[in-house]
Amino acid sequence: MKIVVTVKQVPDTNAEKTFDPVTKRLNRSSIENVLNPFDEYAIEEALRIKEAQGADTTVTILTMAPASATDVVRKALGMGADNAVLLSDDAIPGSDTMATAYALAQALKHVGFDLILSGTQSTDAICSVVPAAIAEHLNIPCVTYVKKLTVENNAIDAQRETESGFVRVRAPLPALVSVTKAINEPRYPTLKGIMGAKKKEIQTPSIADIGADPARLGEAGSKTVVESFAPVGARQKGQVVSVSDAKEGAKQILDFLIAKKVV
Amino acid sequence: MAIATKSEGLNFELPEDLKLLRRSIREFVEKELWPVGQQVEDTDEIPDSVMDKLKEMGMFGLPFPEEYGGAAVGELGYCIALEELGRANAAFSNVIGAHCSIGVMALHLDGSKELKDRYMADLCAGEKIGCFALSEPNAGSDAANIQTSAVRQGDEYIVNGVKHFITNGDIADFATVFTVTDKNLGARGGITALWVDLNQPGVKRGPNDKKMGLYGSHTCELVFTDAKVPADHVIGQVGMGFITAMKTLDMGRLSLGAGCVGASQFALEKAIAHAKERIQFGKPIAKQQAVQFMLADIATEIYAARNMVYNGAWKADRGERFSMEAAMVKRYCSDMAIHVVDRVLQIHGGMGFMKETGIERGYRDARILAIYEGTNEIQRMIIAEELLK
Ligand SMILES: Cc1cc2nc3c(=O)[nH]c(=O)nc-3n(C[C@H](O)[C@H](O)[C@H](O)COP(=O)(O)OP(=O)(O)OC[C@H]3O[C@@H](n4cnc5c(N)ncnc54)[C@H](O)[C@@H]3O)c2cc1C
Ligand SMILES: Cc1cc2nc3c(=O)[nH]c(=O)nc-3n(C[C@H](O)[C@H](O)[C@H](O)COP(=O)(O)OP(=O)(O)OC[C@H]3O[C@@H](n4cnc5c(N)ncnc54)[C@H](O)[C@@H]3O)c2cc1C
Repeated sequence: MKIVVTVKQVPDTNAEKTFDPVTKRLNRSSIENVLNPFDEYAIEEALRIKEAQGADTTVTILTMAPASATDVVRKALGMGADNAVLLSDDAIPGSDTMATAYALAQALKHVGFDLILSGTQSTDAICSVVPAAIAEHLNIPCVTYVKKLTVENNAIDAQRETESGFVRVRAPLPALVSVTKAINEPRYPTLKGIMGAKKKEIQTPSIADIGADPARLGEAGSKTVVESFAPVGARQKGQVVSVSDAKEGAKQILDFLIAKKVV
Repeated sequence: MAIATKSEGLNFELPEDLKLLRRSIREFVEKELWPVGQQVEDTDEIPDSVMDKLKEMGMFGLPFPEEYGGAAVGELGYCIALEELGRANAAFSNVIGAHCSIGVMALHLDGSKELKDRYMADLCAGEKIGCFALSEPNAGSDAANIQTSAVRQGDEYIVNGVKHFITNGDIADFATVFTVTDKNLGARGGITALWVDLNQPGVKRGPNDKKMGLYGSHTCELVFTDAKVPADHVIGQVGMGFITAMKTLDMGRLSLGAGCVGASQFALEKAIAHAKERIQFGKPIAKQQAVQFMLADIATEIYAARNMVYNGAWKADRGERFSMEAAMVKRYCSDMAIHVVDRVLQIHGGMGFMKETGIERGYRDARILAIYEGTNEIQRMIIAEELLK
């Protein structure tokens, strides 16, 4: 079985972020980039499936990112993935979610797959759109928000997280699954894995190689336009209830919550 | 713009794998080791669950070959790993260091292929733990004066004597034990390194020593009474053990320096944060030049120390001789770490003296650095000997 995990390179959550006022894009060069934390769960799940299925199952990492994203890819390889595809092309910068999904779908057709695993969201743009859009392009079943997954007899059996519980979904392979943080506890890359990762193959196909139409990529191929951006206003200071009588304090807090219609 | 050049120059850029190594260990330290820091200090134990995670990650095989399951990170990679571990309680780097840097290192450097094939895989996985037993009650700095004897009887050596202050002595399964096989020859042909199974009736472990710091890492006496060691468990050549000891300690000294750099860097970060936050006389103490100068000096010393560690490691990885550099690194970095944490404590004022900031722990843990793996006086003797030979 061939499992492909789509992973995104995102700016370190703790990094100070700035936007280019002209291109209205995030300045990515000056900040430390990391593997999207949500995608670590998808990688872990892929590795567990591989461990359960045996030797003829492979795990491929797919990312669309600047050519410098090899360090993020190596982390995934250090965790135990077999090889990677880094899609990087001058036609790509400026792509919105739809253009990104189109490119990834083309790349997936190029490398082949039985099961595609994705994170639920990225920590930077947080659209949760890419996985479903990829599945649509590939015309395969899409099961999102999965917190438990089993692969058996060329099919998946999955539990989709809902607000009150879960929905059980079964689908034939090939299929796409996006996983939540409840599904597993990602492993650390082993030190041996890290040192061995440089020997693993990272393919770098061009847009032409994957048969993607450049007109559907980049700014030109994107249907969304960033009109303007503004910083989020600073959070207001919380209100402190400070009284010596606990009962009175509880009452004040309750009144406040009632006024806000929270309770 | 840089000065005009046609030269390729030096390359200080870390390779991608070592950058990832650093980042992964830092993440591991912050997520897995920091949360148990106070517990390790209070109970004087590293929880089993944390030991298991250290083993799973491959910490016990860091500098050893892939064929045995090691990570083969090289001396530079090993120093970077220890630098990052230096940001946690000293106990972790001490337990791992006593195993990797010295205990198992002697076997790796001079052991026979048969011996390594038999033991290295379990040691790299951390399934078995190693230690290094050189020091004795009457032979510390004067290591050539050890008394523990090994007498050949048929296919075995019979070992008698006492080793003390042995790190990991309580948990180790095996020890590299330095013994006297020929009293007359002394360090020149009379000392032999043996790979000794500690789980045998001839070996008794003393109670753990009560120490000033390093809680979570233990030292104890190892008492050998007619302990039996197969003759093929000699590490290297009979009589050449002192050279094995010196070679092994050279390796350990660089990484010890790296741990000092990591601990000092971490302390500096704490001092900067505190100095910006703590208001006295109506402004942050960071606005006081006296505090600024302490921070500036600390940062400068760390910069020097880190560069000498990396340079020494670079020499080691190229296969060059680095004994003098290792001694310089050990001497300078340990003295620096002790002096750094002293000033960081000073910047914290009374809070620095309180257990809750963790700085007094760093202060106590640092003091050993100038003593073990050869006191700093002994390091100066090594440096001077190289200079004057
Ligand atoms: C309105 C708008 C305008 C934008 N304009 C621009 C722009 O002009 N220039 C620009 O550079 N960016 C732009 N972006 C951001 C960029 O398009 C998105 O970050 C990208 O499409 C991925 O979407 P996401 O981060 O929300 O992923 P999500 O849909 O939240 O991600 C879910 C999962 O999809 C997969 N995935 C997502 N992205 C990738 C990837 N690149 N490679 C592999 N797998 C992936 C991962 O598995 C991830 O966990 C824009 C975004 C928006 C919303
Ligand atoms: C926590 C801890 C862990 C240890 N772990 C290990 C271990 O795992 N394995 C192991 O084998 N040993 C270990 N040791 C022992 C350690 O290596 C010795 O303590 C160290 O080498 C110093 O020896 P000593 O204590 O006998 O001091 P001494 O040799 O008695 O030295 C006392 C003082 O005299 C000075 N001095 C001695 N000779 C000279 C000289 N010729 N010129 C100038 N000054 C001199 C010394 O520098 C020192 O200041 C450990 C010790 C401690 C405290």
